[in-house]
Amino acid sequence: MYRIPILRVEEFLLVSIQTDLDDALAVKLQDDLTTAIATHHARGVIIDISGLEIVDSFIGRMLADISTMARIQDCHAIVVGMQPAVAITLVELGLSLSGVQTALHIDQGMRFLRRFLAGRDEEASDERE
Amino acid sequence: MSGNEHLQLSISTEPDVVYVRQAVRKLASEIGFSLIDQTKLVTAASELARNALIYGGGGMATIEKKQQGTRTGVCLTIQDQGPGIENIEKALEDGYSTGSGLGLGLGGARRLSNEFEVKSAPGEGTTVSITRWL
Amino acid sequence: MTTSPQNSADSRLPLVIEKNLDRILDTWISELQVDGGRLLNLIRESELREQASRFLDLLRKAIKVAGVNPEKTAAYDELRDLLDELSRSRSEQGFTPTETATFVFSLKRPLFRELKEAHGDNDTTALLDDIWQATMLLDRLGLNTTEVFINTREAIIQRQQQDLLELSTPVVSLWNGILALPVIGTLDSERTQTVMESLLQKIVATGSDIAIIDITGVPAVDTLVAQHLLKTVTAARLMGAECIISGIRPQIAQTIVHLGVELGNVTTKGTLADAFALALKKKRQKVQDI
Repeated sequence: MYRIPILRVEEFLLVSIQTDLDDALAVKLQDDLTTAIATHHARGVIIDISGLEIVDSFIGRMLADISTMARIQDCHAIVVGMQPAVAITLVELGLSLSGVQTALHIDQGMRFLRRFLAGRDEEASDERE
Repeated sequence: MSGNEHLQLSISTEPDVVYVRQAVRKLASEIGFSLIDQTKLVTAASELARNALIYGGGGMATIEKKQQGTRTGVCLTIQDQGPGIENIEKALEDGYSTGSGLGLGLGGARRLSNEFEVKSAPGEGTTVSITRWL
Repeated sequence: MTTSPQNSADSRLPLVIEKNLDRILDTWISELQVDGGRLLNLIRESELREQASRFLDLLRKAIKVAGVNPEKTAAYDELRDLLDELSRSRSEQGFTPTETATFVFSLKRPLFRELKEAHGDNDTTALLDDIWQATMLLDRLGLNTTEVFINTREAIIQRQQQDLLELSTPVVSLWNGILALPVIGTLDSERTQTVMESLLQKIVATGSDIAIIDITGVPAVDTLVAQHLLKTVTAARLMGAECIISGIRPQIAQTIVHLGVELGNVTTKGTLADAFALALKKKRQKVQDI
């Protein structure tokens, strides 16, 4: 059965959803991703949804859940590339995904994660001093 | 008159929900809906089809082109033989859910369409009909 | 339908048109010169003559095949197409509906004259029948032109509305990665939606992650519009861009609070300049004297 590939880039994981997601596939992605975060000790996950034509409440919840699960695993998730039509529809649907970090595209997501993690490392070393 | 614009799909598995979405998308884009309107309609279709699958134990989707005067629209009717809804008002409230969902399905679908109608009674299944005009 | 059961075989209409085509055309043109209003100021006589003669020719053919009933008969399709085309171009040239319909109605007199001549004085009943049928036919065709005329106007109005909406929502690139949307005039629901869509599209197109919505030029805001603005901000955030709203007038600030609209964690700034300064800061850039 088809699985959405999870790629490793530096210390991050990259997922690009290019297919019409049915619920089973979404659930599988969630499983695979949480497992991969643990196996690779990933510090950041980029989920590219620029290929998604719709995000309904189920997929929206999946994105929010993945973000929370990643956070619990000390990993920062960022969702990138949501299309304008999808964003407008999600807001109309009543979902604002306020706990989900977003960026325009993969590049920006990477930049954000690097800066964010560098900032956190700094904080950590400040605390130690 | 517009019998040729009428499509029925059964919803009994998760991929069926995707087929319903694709069929709605196809008709909406043929009629000339903007991308945003297509997306809204397809998202509403997805919510309703999933509801029918999860709460209604599967059902039937009817997708048709609607003509009213000079207006053109897409009408989607989703029918299931499930347990039905006891309190429709309550089911339309955001956050109300009897299952594992977010409870945005029904209310969300209503916000994403121009016309919305639910017919349901306990034990008699649920029929939800939505229309979005061009 | 109120047409008499008389069929086209009894009618002299086809024969009369057939036989006197040229004379009818001539009188029709001179009728048009009198009745047609500005018709001849705007259309060359040669063109008008050509239109009239094509009309007559198609009318003759249609009557011959299908009698005088233009409803639902394919024989009249070509004639109707000609009229559609005619009303459409008349509408675009700025004629009034009356002027457009008069083109058809002014055929009545020449036609009736020929009918009268053909019937002579002794057969008044048959003459009246023929005139009645001809009137019905031309009335229907004339009304047809009015309908097409109005539809064409409607389409023009809709197109202009669309143009106006797009014109009134210029999204400008202020800086690398910073967009500004100066909104001027009253925001209604539909316009806010257009604004929202063009802003989000521009965010993707330019890869900008900060957008300033400046509402200095907006005189009033109601609940619906405030909510639309908030939705825009939320949608932009979902895409990975941040919005700053600037230029909220004191009255609007009051309205927003009185209406109980939650602006939540939307960043607001007094002026577009302040918003721009904040945007630069967020991008870790600054403008300095040289």
